[in-house]
Amino acid sequence: MNMITRNIQKHAASLLKAETVDVFIGFKAGSFPMSAAPVIIKNPEQAQALIWDSNCRLNLANYLTNRTDKIGIVAKGCDSRSIVNHIIENKITRDQLHIIGVPCSGMVDKTKIASEFTDEITELREQEDSLVIKAGSETRILAKGEFLRSNCLSCTHRNPVLYDQLAADLVTEPVIENQFADVDKIESLSRDEKWLYFDDLIQNCIRCYACRNSCPLCFCPTCFVDESNPQWVGKGIDSTDVRTFHFLRAYHCAGRCTDCGACVEACPMDINVRDFTRKLNKDVLDMYGWEAGLDIKKRPPLDTFNPNDPDEYIK
Amino acid sequence: MEIIKIKKTAWPGGIDKARETYHLFGPVKDKSCHIFRPLENNIYPDMEYTSSTLSPKSVLFPQTQKILETSVDESEKNHHILTPVKQDNTPKAVIGIRPCDAKAMQLVKLNFDTKDYRDPYWCDAYESSTFIGLAANTPSIFDFSTSAGSGPFEEDGLDVLLVDCKDHYLAKVITEKGKSFLNTTGFNESTDQNKADQIIKDLKTCAEGIINSSIRTENLKEKTVLDLYNAPFWEDLAFSCISCGTCAYVCPTCWCFDIQDETRGSLVTRIRNWDTCMPPLFTQHASGHNPRGEKTQRVRQRFMHKLKYFEDKYDQGIMCIGCGRCVEKCPVNIDIRDICNLMNAYEPEKESAVSKLREK
Repeated sequence: MNMITRNIQKHAASLLKAETVDVFIGFKAGSFPMSAAPVIIKNPEQAQALIWDSNCRLNLANYLTNRTDKIGIVAKGCDSRSIVNHIIENKITRDQLHIIGVPCSGMVDKTKIASEFTDEITELREQEDSLVIKAGSETRILAKGEFLRSNCLSCTHRNPVLYDQLAADLVTEPVIENQFADVDKIESLSRDEKWLYFDDLIQNCIRCYACRNSCPLCFCPTCFVDESNPQWVGKGIDSTDVRTFHFLRAYHCAGRCTDCGACVEACPMDINVRDFTRKLNKDVLDMYGWEAGLDIKKRPPLDTFNPNDPDEYIK
Repeated sequence: MEIIKIKKTAWPGGIDKARETYHLFGPVKDKSCHIFRPLENNIYPDMEYTSSTLSPKSVLFPQTQKILETSVDESEKNHHILTPVKQDNTPKAVIGIRPCDAKAMQLVKLNFDTKDYRDPYWCDAYESSTFIGLAANTPSIFDFSTSAGSGPFEEDGLDVLLVDCKDHYLAKVITEKGKSFLNTTGFNESTDQNKADQIIKDLKTCAEGIINSSIRTENLKEKTVLDLYNAPFWEDLAFSCISCGTCAYVCPTCWCFDIQDETRGSLVTRIRNWDTCMPPLFTQHASGHNPRGEKTQRVRQRFMHKLKYFEDKYDQGIMCIGCGRCVEKCPVNIDIRDICNLMNAYEPEKESAVSKLREK
C-alpha cells in the first residue's frame, strides 16, 4: 500500500469516527487493470477500501453537486479547482467540506498504455515512477512520466489549491514553455481543415453524454440537449446535431473548465473531447488572464463586467 | 453439419464474390475502436479483432433510423399522412460477428418478434441477414460469456461458425442460410470431418479455459421481485453512476428506442433512435412527474430488467450474454458481474436478522 493511500484511509477513518463528516468520497480499487471507481463511505471501517494510484482519473467534484450533508473528499489538483468552481457557483458550501488534498504526479493514459501491447493488459503495478505491466505472457516496465494523460502533461496545478489536510508533501509545479501547443496546432489549420478535423474528431460519437455527465461543470437541471419544450437539438446521430451538442457544451464551459480530463476518460469512443474546451481555456487566459478554479473569492470573468474587458471581437 | 476449410489466402477472393449477392458488414478499425460498418469495396473485415467497441446490434437496429415520413405542405397529395420509408432489406451478411453477439440477437428477437407484435424494421432486417461468426480463440479479459448462457464458440444465432486455425479457417455450416452464403463465396474445400470436429472442440475447450471471470445466476429465478427490489444495496451501488448511456449503447441486448419527429422545410421524418434507461429523461412524463427520477431507481431498473424481469418474463436466462462491454466501458467501473453475484446471493431473511441484531 502506498503512502498516499495509507494517509487517505487514516484521515477518512478519523473524520468519520469524530463525525466531522457524514460521508467520505474517494476512490476504491477498480474491478480490472487500469481502473478505479468513485466510492462513498459512511463509517470508519469502510475506510480501508479507499485507494490512491495513477488511475484516479475521474473528477470527484462531480459528486458534490447540491449535496446537503458534511462531506470529506479526496482532491488532486484539478478536483480541487473544480471544488472551487462549485463553491463559486453555489453548488456546495466551503463549510460543508473537509478536503484531503493529494499533490498529484499525474494520471496515466490507459489507451496510450494499451496501444503499447498486442495482448490485453492483465495487470498494472506501480513502483515509484515505474509501471510494471503484464500483457499476455509479456511483462514490461514503462516509465510513468511517458504515459501520462495529455492534460496531465500540460498541467501546472498539480497541487490542490484548496484543502484542509494533505495526504502527501506538496510537489514542485512543472514549468511548461507552451501549455497550449495542441491548440496552436489546430489554430494553424485552414478553415476547411479545421472543419474536417472536428468532424473527424466526433465522427464516432454515440451521444451517450458520458463526457457531459462526468464533467463537474455540467450540472444544469436540464441540459439544452434534453429540453423537449422547445426542443433545440435533434437526438439522433445526424452530424449537425452531434456538432451542436459538442460546440455548445464546450462554450458553456468557457472560463470554468479546469482541464481535468474527465470527459476524455469517460468517453467510450476515445474522443479527445478536450480539443473543444482547450481552445476556450487558452482564449480566457489570453483575454482575461484567467485560469478557472484557483480562488474562491474571485468571480470568473464571464460572470462579471469590467470596463477593461477585451472587446476587439465586437465589430 | 458439414465443416469446410477456407485458406486465408483465398479469403479476400471469397469475400469479394459474396459482395455480388450480399451487403457485407464487419468489424473495422477506426482510430482505437472497432466498429461494425458496411464493408465497401476493397474494405475487408478485421478478423484479428478481439471485441468491437460497439456491439453489432446496429446492423439490424441502427442508432438512428428513419421509419416514416410525410409532408406538411397542404398543397401536396397525402400531406400529413405518414407513410413508411423504404428500408434496404437486400440480403446482408455480418462477417466476423462474435458468437456471444449473435446469441444476443436471439435475446433481442424475443422482444421484437413476439406472438402479439412484430417489429417490422428489426424483423425484416433480421430475416435478410446471415451471421458468419468468428469463434473467440482468445476471449477478452472482460468476457464472462460462459457463465451468461453463451460462450466463445456459441452456435445459437449463427449461420456459419468460423474457427481461426492460423493459416486457414474451419467453417462449420450451421444453417441452410449459412450454406447459401458459402456457396456464393466459392469456398468448398473439403476436410476430414472427424479431425476438424476434434480441432474445433479442442480450441473451444482452450478458449473457455481462458475465461476467468464469471457470474452466478442460479438463484435469481427463485428470488421474489420485491425482495430484490427492496434490497439495501442499490443506493451504494448507484452512488458512482453518472447516468450516461454508455452501458446501454454498447450493450448487444439493450433494445430500447425513442421516437422523434424531425422537420426540414415541409418534410417531416419520424425517426427512431436508441434510447437508454439511465438518464432521467427516459421516464419523464409530460405532466412533469418522473417515476424514476432518482438515480438509484434507474440503476436498479437496469439490473433488475437484465437479471430478473427478463428471466421472469421469457424464462430464457438473463438478458446478458457476458460480452463484458459495459464492464470495460462504464466510466465509473460499475460492474454487472459484481451486481449479478450480489443479487444472486441476496437473502432478505439473513439481511433482516443482521439488521435486527444491529438495532439491539
